[in-house]
Amino acid sequence: MKHTLAVLVENRPGVLTHISGLISRRAFNIESIAAGYTEEAETTRITIVVEADDMELEQVVNQLSKLVDVIKITDLTGIDGIHRELALIKVKASSETRSDIVDIVDIFRAKIVDVNRETMVIELTGEETKIDALCEVLADHGIIEIVRTGKVALSRGPVPAKDL
Amino acid sequence: MMESRSDQMIKPGSERNLTGAEILLKALAEENVELIFGYPGGAVLPLYDALLQSPIRHVLVRHEQAAAHAADGYARVSGKPGVCLATSGPGATNLVTGIANAYMDSVPLVVLTGQVPTTLLGTDSFQEVDITGITMPITKHSYLVKDVRDIPRIVKEAFYIAGSGRPGPVAIDLPKDVQAATAVPETASLNLKSYKVFGKGNAGQIMEAAKAIRTSKRPVLYAGGGVISAGADGALRELCRKTGLPVVTTLMGIGSLPHGHPNLLGMVGMHGTVTANYAVDDCDLLIAVGVRFDDRVTSGLGHRFATKAKVIHIDIDPAEIGKVVRANIPIVGDARQILEDIRERAEPPEIADWWRQIRLWQESHPLNYAQTDLSPQLIMETIGELAGETTVVATDVGQHQMWAAQFYPVQRSRHFLTSSGLGAMGFGLPAAIGAQLARPEALVFLIVGDGGFQMTMQELATIVQYRLPVKIALLNNGVLGMVRQLQGVFCGERFSEIQLHANPDFLKIAEAYGILGIRVKTAADVEKAVQKALAHQGPVLMDFLISADEWVWPMVPPGKAITEMLGR
Repeated sequence: MKHTLAVLVENRPGVLTHISGLISRRAFNIESIAAGYTEEAETTRITIVVEADDMELEQVVNQLSKLVDVIKITDLTGIDGIHRELALIKVKASSETRSDIVDIVDIFRAKIVDVNRETMVIELTGEETKIDALCEVLADHGIIEIVRTGKVALSRGPVPAKDL
Repeated sequence: MMESRSDQMIKPGSERNLTGAEILLKALAEENVELIFGYPGGAVLPLYDALLQSPIRHVLVRHEQAAAHAADGYARVSGKPGVCLATSGPGATNLVTGIANAYMDSVPLVVLTGQVPTTLLGTDSFQEVDITGITMPITKHSYLVKDVRDIPRIVKEAFYIAGSGRPGPVAIDLPKDVQAATAVPETASLNLKSYKVFGKGNAGQIMEAAKAIRTSKRPVLYAGGGVISAGADGALRELCRKTGLPVVTTLMGIGSLPHGHPNLLGMVGMHGTVTANYAVDDCDLLIAVGVRFDDRVTSGLGHRFATKAKVIHIDIDPAEIGKVVRANIPIVGDARQILEDIRERAEPPEIADWWRQIRLWQESHPLNYAQTDLSPQLIMETIGELAGETTVVATDVGQHQMWAAQFYPVQRSRHFLTSSGLGAMGFGLPAAIGAQLARPEALVFLIVGDGGFQMTMQELATIVQYRLPVKIALLNNGVLGMVRQLQGVFCGERFSEIQLHANPDFLKIAEAYGILGIRVKTAADVEKAVQKALAHQGPVLMDFLISADEWVWPMVPPGKAITEMLGR
């Protein structure tokens, strides 16, 4: 099953390489990894989505925890929270198809962030499945390229991941 | 000299300013470093210049790989982190095998490398390699120092990380301009809020473990290198005394109980004793201490290993728990404390029947060998008998290593040094050098094959230069014996590239270095030769001409369960 891990690390050079290197050499099955600064200047938060059974998950968490720069790992999988990904989709859009695409974009509550004579770029934030669904519908119009950030996740309620 | 940014930030004219190199050596001295194994080069010129004024002794090896292995041998014997030093580029890459070796066997090392100046980093400049990148998977942690003022803190952290928890190598890469930059050295403190070291085990789990021992019918304690690195050998003996538990050890665990101890069933695994393997297979409680269920023990078959047993797994590294074998009672923490705590709560189980079974196995499957013209096993036994129990034994990798593990009567922990996890040929001689420098008063024996010996043979010069009286037992069969044995068993005796046709006359090699050489051709001469070697003040090389047809038995073929031994 898929697990979403919030990994808090010291914001030091090479820390992301440490994490990704460990993941690849221990042959863990990672679906996405997204990193960015946090409310604390010295801390980076990395959201990792990993496909693993219980035993594998335990290994992922234990091995990552051993890295000197890793502060805390929280499994957000069973916790009520907000899971989001951002996608930018460049799709073919002629004057004939443009209004169709605008309708689709409205239904998905996505945004059009670039238009020209031949294409549009659509921005969508949402859960993975919602982005998948939009991509599927837009495929009929011809997708030129897609970029996705990988999932980020935050628990609901007042308690931060570091205290969970 | 390259000017660094940090240089400009320090106010000029301060008399207490030191160079990065001086600060480093001062910081090493504060960590009680007495000895560095190293090899100089362009990117460490400032460091070697500063060494001239430092009380720290430098041992000049003949190849950087030997510097890492010697620091490793030093650390295994002394229990303190070993320190090695090399220049950038090829100096650093030559250390890699030694670092990997220490990582696999959880040996504390602090590895210092020179690096090109920070202004040239990333430009593929002369002798530049990304050594922190290269060694990332084989170090516990690493640092690329960019500011001279960070040196005291980094050194302090490196020694703390290397020696605490599950020990391992830590690398510090020092750009040349950082070595030359100056600063006022400040007292450093650790800044490691995310690094955790486990101490006492969970009290509830310890109670559970004690209860499981009391109610077990067929328990076995499986002791590994963690027992030795935690200094838990005494605690293990006391637990045995109180509970009567039978004990098997891994290759790394040899010495955790003295050879001949009534509770010791010998080594478990691929070349383990039949009794140890049968006992592990049949036990109802496996108390695993400081082990990682390596595939040379389990044959890579975690799911077929000790299948009838409830498993207590004691380890300081939480990532080892459940990695290969599911533990019923995991206890994370320091092996010595945990074994002491378990002993306090444990009561002897009723295992007289179990011991009867074990004694039956021991009687019907003793560890023995064929008496040939010159049996290698006899050489091990004779050296063990004559050298005495305080002797430190280093081995290389191969058949001789397994004969030493099986037949050399190791009596103490930290007295048997061997490359276990990595199985790195060439380890033996430099490790013996490190051991002899750690314990100048001790007798140090190297047991080595003619293949591995030739991988680091150049270190004979180091032995002579530093007057190290290492006694070398070279088991010379003219072949790569362990590979030959594997080809014999698995490739239908189609022997491929295992003949060492152009071996030199090793006595002439010894003579060339001014080392006493003794050739031994028959069993009858073994005792006399060993006595002569022991009587000689300086280093000795004994060239034992053994047959290529001597094989290591018993043997569990890879992929077979540990009860499916050949040659039992």
